[in-house]
Amino acid sequence: MEKMARVSTALGGNTLTGRTMFCHLDAPANAISVCRDAAQVVVAGRNIFKIYSIEEEQFVEKLNLRVGRKPSLNFSCADVVWHQMDENLLATAATNGVVVTWNLGKPSRNKQDQLFTEHKRTVNKVCFHPTEVYMLLSGSQDGYMKCFDLRKKDSVSTFSGQSESVRDVQFSIRDYFTFAATFENGNVQLWDIRRPDRYERMFTAHNGPVFCCDWHPEDRGWLATGGRDKMVKVWDMNTTRAKEIYCVQTIASVARVKWRPECKHHIATCSMMVDHNIYVWDVRRPFIPSAMFEEHKDVTTGIVWRHLHDPYFLLSGSKDSTLYQHIFKDASQPIDRANPEGLCYSLYGDLAFAAKESLISSDSNRKPYIGDRRHPIFFKRKLDPTEQFEYISSSSALSVFETDVESGSMDWFVHTAKQYALAGRPLAELCDHNAKVAKGLDRNQVAQTWTMLRIIYSSLGTMSSTNLNHSMGKGSTTLPLMNSFNLKDIPSGLGSESRLDRSKGESRTENILMDSSSTLINNEDNEETEGSDVPADYLLGDVEADEDDLYMMDHENPHAEEQEYSLPQEAFPLRHEIVDNPSALDHLQDKADSPHVSGNEAETVSLTPVESFSLISISHSLYENRLPSDFFNPIVRDTLLFYAEQGDVQTAVSVLIVLGDRIRKEIDEQTQEHWYTSYIDLLQRFQLWNISNEVIKLSTCRAINCLNQASTTLHINCSNCKRPMSNRGWICDRCRQCASMCAVCHHVVKGLFVWCQGCSHGGHLQHIMKWLETSSHCPAGCGHLCEYT
Amino acid sequence: MEEREGELRWDGLCSRDAATRAAALDNVGQAVLRRSQSVAPGRAAGGLPAAAVRDGLSEALVRLLMLSKRCPFRDVREKSEAILSSVQELGIRIPRPLGHGPSRFIPEKETVQVGSEDAMMHALFADSFATLGRLDNVTLVMVFHPQYLESFLKTQHYLLQMDGPLPLHYRHYIGIMAAARHQCSYLVNLHVNDFLHVGGDPKWLNGLENAPQKLQNLGELNKMLAHRPWLITKEHIEQLLKTEENSWSLAELIHAVVLLTHYHSLASFTFGCGISPEIDCEGGHTFRPPSVSNYCLCDITNGYHGVDDVHASPAASIPTTESVCEVEALMEKMKQLQECRDEEEASQEEMATRFEREKRESMFVCSSEDEESAPTRDVSRHFEDTSYGYKDFSRHGMHVPTFRAQDYSWEDHGYSLVNRLYPDVGQLLDEKFHIAYNLTYNTMAMHKDVDTSMLRRAIWNYIHCMFGIRYDDYDYGEINQLLDRSFKVYIKTVVCTPEKTTKRMYDSFWRQFEHSEKGQTTLPPLPLLTTPSAPQVHVNLLLVEARMQAELLYALRAITRYMT
Repeated sequence: MEKMARVSTALGGNTLTGRTMFCHLDAPANAISVCRDAAQVVVAGRNIFKIYSIEEEQFVEKLNLRVGRKPSLNFSCADVVWHQMDENLLATAATNGVVVTWNLGKPSRNKQDQLFTEHKRTVNKVCFHPTEVYMLLSGSQDGYMKCFDLRKKDSVSTFSGQSESVRDVQFSIRDYFTFAATFENGNVQLWDIRRPDRYERMFTAHNGPVFCCDWHPEDRGWLATGGRDKMVKVWDMNTTRAKEIYCVQTIASVARVKWRPECKHHIATCSMMVDHNIYVWDVRRPFIPSAMFEEHKDVTTGIVWRHLHDPYFLLSGSKDSTLYQHIFKDASQPIDRANPEGLCYSLYGDLAFAAKESLISSDSNRKPYIGDRRHPIFFKRKLDPTEQFEYISSSSALSVFETDVESGSMDWFVHTAKQYALAGRPLAELCDHNAKVAKGLDRNQVAQTWTMLRIIYSSLGTMSSTNLNHSMGKGSTTLPLMNSFNLKDIPSGLGSESRLDRSKGESRTENILMDSSSTLINNEDNEETEGSDVPADYLLGDVEADEDDLYMMDHENPHAEEQEYSLPQEAFPLRHEIVDNPSALDHLQDKADSPHVSGNEAETVSLTPVESFSLISISHSLYENRLPSDFFNPIVRDTLLFYAEQGDVQTAVSVLIVLGDRIRKEIDEQTQEHWYTSYIDLLQRFQLWNISNEVIKLSTCRAINCLNQASTTLHINCSNCKRPMSNRGWICDRCRQCASMCAVCHHVVKGLFVWCQGCSHGGHLQHIMKWLETSSHCPAGCGHLCEYT
Repeated sequence: MEEREGELRWDGLCSRDAATRAAALDNVGQAVLRRSQSVAPGRAAGGLPAAAVRDGLSEALVRLLMLSKRCPFRDVREKSEAILSSVQELGIRIPRPLGHGPSRFIPEKETVQVGSEDAMMHALFADSFATLGRLDNVTLVMVFHPQYLESFLKTQHYLLQMDGPLPLHYRHYIGIMAAARHQCSYLVNLHVNDFLHVGGDPKWLNGLENAPQKLQNLGELNKMLAHRPWLITKEHIEQLLKTEENSWSLAELIHAVVLLTHYHSLASFTFGCGISPEIDCEGGHTFRPPSVSNYCLCDITNGYHGVDDVHASPAASIPTTESVCEVEALMEKMKQLQECRDEEEASQEEMATRFEREKRESMFVCSSEDEESAPTRDVSRHFEDTSYGYKDFSRHGMHVPTFRAQDYSWEDHGYSLVNRLYPDVGQLLDEKFHIAYNLTYNTMAMHKDVDTSMLRRAIWNYIHCMFGIRYDDYDYGEINQLLDRSFKVYIKTVVCTPEKTTKRMYDSFWRQFEHSEKGQTTLPPLPLLTTPSAPQVHVNLLLVEARMQAELLYALRAITRYMT
């Protein structure tokens, strides 16, 4: 038994053995405590007070301390503690406010030794001094703590917390004179046992009652507290101000905390309500308990480590009337079931990804990142050598992917937003204008879309077929392939996560569409496979520089369609999982050429829609047949949906506004509203307030339209009394003075008010400007040197 | 229809903005005057059904009357009064308030007059008015203790209006159910209005059997909570929560339980302080000229006929001189108890029996006025099983184990459960209990710097004792020493059968303080507080909160047991 062997070393020969076991008590337990030699445990509750010996296989009842015909309330224990120096000595706190000591050495059946009836209310906690045999401390609901000398009949000293009920008292294990007390109002106090007049130190630890505290067995200054606010906090008392060094958030109010022996950062907790489990936390990993004991059926009321130097055996008593011995190796470890991966974007578009080291390393065996500027930065947590019980799974790696600053730029968005014309001119002109704008920004597809819209919706016959042909050829877009449109200009900041997912999914379908050669592209190992060369080069050709490096692509790719390559590329911080084949996928989509083209298999690299049948011819024939213009509505609708889906809600909304009633009915209200809100949100993030307002105004959705009619009230406070001005007028109700007077002309300022943030004087914008041209002092005469910039 | 168009809009009046209020009131005023003219005597009432117009008008007039008396904003008060008098000039009979002030037990002059409140009170009034659209009598009485009132209003507002698992009309309906259990027509009226206002189905008001099955299921719990909370078991909770069409979710149930207990205890307060009907509710006003008859409907409901009860409790006849001594005596006793505690240590058995005795005695402490007054005003429609009432906890034949406060306390257990299932409410209730329990001004009659904690604790524990909740660390002998019989009668009546409270009972406890104070206006003569009548209100707050906590504890314990 390897386990046992390790235990024995920890205990220095005094081996503890046993298994997970329990016994039924006759009544719910309130508290338990162990004897120094770890062989016996005492269980106390309202209707129970017994000593059990802990055998190899079971608990054996040793002694029932609840004797007498009519048990008095003195037996109704709220707390019990076994002396760690003298194994015959026990103390209990009774619910009626009595502190009782018990001497097991007494020959009579009744072991009751002394009664201290000094507390007026329930005693919540008793505590023996760790090294002094005769010193006992109690904390009570009445707000007092009392120190008893067991050789005397009365208390030696009384400590008044001055702040409500005392919930826990604990002698410091290291400092002879110090003890900590926790209170119902959230305070923790430190006392010197020699100075009963006032506490040494007090701080507010929790919001609401602090139910328990425990000194760290080794680290002198560490105190753990648990409260009703569901927190366990570890305080460092060495500094002048108690400093919170760790905080664990549990799911229910914390009833008990106990440091795990021999494990510096482990602490066991149980809760007061609702949650019946016992958790052992590593305070450095506050989000997931490192071990969990789930045996109890009702709340656990008492926990104690069986031996001072043994971290494997935990005893617990519960309201469900059972006493358990938990063995650490039987504990369930939630970490096993957890999914230890995390993904997060930074403000600047950097992506951090953390995962178990094992996952990362197996992944990076392929070393796809070598030479990459975006090589992930790895952080590995070193195992703490002092921590002998560290879990292997706790080592994890963090990768950070930086984004190319330029590629994240959204200039095109801003420009487009500024230059688009949305209303005020005939449709054809609007379309032309917008097409030009898009073209100017090298967004050929969008330009194309605008041109097509114009063809579809504006009067016929105005456009020559050559003209059409020309534009079509350039854009390399064909109507049947509409669905494979791809935009380069997806706003990368927002919603990129979803886009990633989506593109992942989409790429799969495209892979299916594609012939084997292009599928192989994704597989780096097979990069050289025949047939893949040209399409691969083409597909990957216009990756941004860094990705090119990554794939060691041939950059001198001599293929045509230069205009294609010059398209602005919005790079994407790629998600870790798909880093394997990121560029390939992206390009499949980014390129306007479709599976259709690549599917043509051939060495035909040309993208001109030579083979694909052209829209122009079709539309021409259609128009000649005088088809109604709404014939194309479904297609236009699909286009818009597609753009929105791609994340280019700008195009979708702009088209929607320009086309107005022509298309509005085709798209359901909610989608429209959704587009509008996203676009407006985007505009506002780029601080394009005027444009966003224009969009709001032009929108036909009622919900959007009323956006700029809401919260148009401006609330002001009176500058004298700082209260809100409830009146409409310019006179404050309360102080009967005019608010916001101009310091120059002494009239009420009703328009723009400018004031100095230094002296808070101010006035009409014009007046202040004029004043400060000639003088640098405040016009109010306060002597402040105001600045106007 | 022109009348529809002239529909009165009152909502602007709740605004904090004086201009908005003025505008709203102007509209109201014009509409009222227009209508008044159309029904004014001497004018043929056009083609319109005069009766309907008159109905609508009197409703509006009553509302104006209420505003003129009970609006925290002076402008509104004055304006409504002006409108009323101009209506009167048209020869239309205007209503006048019945009763005297917000409470029948407290002389009107002692209550806080709207308009003369201090800044803190005004802020509270304004808050209350802005959220509820009225300033109810309960608020006017509670304002004796502004600190508590603030917490109370906050809690009530959260329970009724803020986010919560139950829909708004359910909340008011549950309030009605709870208040009806105690035949508290005051609260029922109030919430019937609110219920309709938030869009509740008027049909439900015809009786519980017309409400959805889900609410009907709650009836049983309501009944037990109100009268015998110790009988609630986890089976009852199970019954409500078991999965079926009309089942409750845990969060909803907690919300409902908090509402039920809130309104049970508020009913206690209403009766305990003799809250008068609201001016704009039935029984709060009359169109009749004064002097015809001087009692209001509610008095009948409550068995108070304005005539002295024959079974006056003996305490009522204590002569004045003796009373003064009694304050001294009470204080002396408290001092003694404080000092002698350690010496005279009662044996454990003694302590145990003291609780039992107190429990048993509380059984005999009951008002001699046991006349069954049938609930009037269709209040009874809202609950079933009218015969179910408070049965003494320790009545023979029934053995219910004592509830040990240390095993299930509000601070440790109740709070966590409530806060878990209905976030923030635990905190609000905790604050409220805390304020009520710790409210003290350290005065007692003319004595200052008195520690009243003992007395407060005695009252609190006595109430819990009646519900069978025992504190191990309390010597129930203290209760006997500190609370005299007439006081106990009052406490018990208010807590257990509030509908039977009479002014006589109210006057009979601590009347000595009242008497002792006669003729003095400057010296604060009352035991716990500085304002006249405030101590009685203070006691009522203690009763209310203690009762609410007791009910909550039983209900929450059952829920906890269900959950484990």
